[in-house]
Amino acid sequence: MKDLVPERYALAFRLYPYAKSPDQDAASPVRHKVVVVGGGPIGLATALDLGRRGVPVVLLDDHEGAGLGSRALCFSKRTLEICDRLGAAGPMLDKGVQWNLGKVFHDDRLLYAFDLLPETGHAFPAFINLQQPWFEKFLHDAIVQAQAEGAPIELRGRNRVDAVTPATDHVALDIMTPDGPYQLQADWLIACDGARSPLRGMLGLAFDGRVFEDNFLIADVKMKADFPTERWFWFEPHFKSGDSALLHKQPDDIWRIDFQLGWDIDRAKELEPANIRARVDAMLGPDVEYELDWCSIYTFQCRRMDKFRHGRVLFAGDSAHQVSPFGARGANSGIQDVDNLAWKLALVLDGTAPETLLDSYDVERVHGADENILNSTRATDFITPKSPVSKLFRNAVLELAEHLPFARSVVNSGRLSVPCTYDGSVLNGDDHPAMPARTRPGSPCPDAPVADGWLLRRLGRGFVLMAINTDAPECLAAHGVRVPRLALDATPELTARYLGEARRAVYLIRPDQHVAARWESFDESAVAAALARAIGKG
Amino acid sequence: MLITTPNLTKPDETYAALIATHEGLSEAGSHALNARLILILMNHIGNDAVLAEALRLARDPESAQG
Repeated sequence: MKDLVPERYALAFRLYPYAKSPDQDAASPVRHKVVVVGGGPIGLATALDLGRRGVPVVLLDDHEGAGLGSRALCFSKRTLEICDRLGAAGPMLDKGVQWNLGKVFHDDRLLYAFDLLPETGHAFPAFINLQQPWFEKFLHDAIVQAQAEGAPIELRGRNRVDAVTPATDHVALDIMTPDGPYQLQADWLIACDGARSPLRGMLGLAFDGRVFEDNFLIADVKMKADFPTERWFWFEPHFKSGDSALLHKQPDDIWRIDFQLGWDIDRAKELEPANIRARVDAMLGPDVEYELDWCSIYTFQCRRMDKFRHGRVLFAGDSAHQVSPFGARGANSGIQDVDNLAWKLALVLDGTAPETLLDSYDVERVHGADENILNSTRATDFITPKSPVSKLFRNAVLELAEHLPFARSVVNSGRLSVPCTYDGSVLNGDDHPAMPARTRPGSPCPDAPVADGWLLRRLGRGFVLMAINTDAPECLAAHGVRVPRLALDATPELTARYLGEARRAVYLIRPDQHVAARWESFDESAVAAALARAIGKG
Repeated sequence: MLITTPNLTKPDETYAALIATHEGLSEAGSHALNARLILILMNHIGNDAVLAEALRLARDPESAQG
């Protein structure tokens, strides 16, 4: 029999095998509240976040689990904090490799080393390295756990969307399965189907930006080497295996090596194991024994959709925006999309917030995407200079960096992902001038140790009123939202991160743990007005 | 504010020192030196507005006022 949904790639983990759904035999298309398309990290996290909020969600993926290959590798502190809220961070932290030290080389010289210097007083490290399939598996484990606790999440493997038809009050989907086609309707459709997003294509939506004329070879090698757990980056490496090279540790004795190959290459030839081994040998030296675990050649682009919301279809992750890999801004920014979208969609679905709240998802995450595209474009231009004079200055910076600290700040081998502050968002309310800039409205809350654990865990996943060194009602109800209070005494960390010059503070914090508004003392009408703004009723 | 009025105490000596610094270098070596020099001076100045004005003036000297 003909395979109606053939596998396009091999799997690392088979997580949600195809099982026939009663929907496939229904006389007319069954309507669901939310359908997520795509079972990558962003799709899984979206289903998990919505499901944990009690929103029924069906996830469709044309495969049955996590694809093979390390791919996204560096997961940021903010991603871990979000995954912790989703109940998935523990195993990630256990399995992942933590690193803080980076070294930058030019030719055969060490220019300098840098420490990511994670500020103390945070539950999570600045970064962990973890292969993407493991990240997906841990999200899936958390989904299974959430399902057992009653979260209405359904995952449908080998369900490929072949057509999408937007209507006024729903989106209709034509789906192919191993048992043949069926149809579904969704009140809301979330497209997490990756950089080549078939849904985006079916809807005829543009995805414009800048193509970088360069090829990069990833060689994951397995070896028992005693290189330290550090990120090593070479500009114009002496071993001539590429115009730049990166060495980074993964779990399971696997090392990620990246070689910049240039534009005019013979892809098939470069992927021959003998040619890959020649490059790796030159880099590691003749005496190091290793196995090739996984290899891939990729090119990249920096681009985004004009808008991430198209009526009842919302785009998240790589389907909406794509960046170069320098700075780990791909999956990490997609997880921030999920963080931003899930609570808003939940409030719209239960009638608490107007549909227009979803437009703020578009505005805030477009802002985030632009920040990521700007950073990763600048890193790419530094790593692969586009003109002789650009290369002249790049190499002048590298030469000075060996001797002069100021030049090190200009060296750009990727500005590592930090969460976006939604400056200028319509959801932002009152600010207070005496308080620190890093926690102004729109900012993600920095973690801090508190009496019984960590601040971000205490904030939870709903609106919360954080009162430091001052009084506020135990619970406030306004505009259909219950806002519990979190009363805290100032600690050195809370003072530095939230009080600044102020003696006390009241913060209204959104469900995605971004600051909505802040004051020096509690004022019920001010808080209620800020809450209205933050749910799109302002 | 970018200073465009005379500001060098010994203009002839300073100019001669600039030329002397390039002595014996190949053309590529001189270009590299100039690039390093620009970066060092930019960092010393450090003021975004002043630098932006200097960049504009270097690109288009005719835009100078007066």
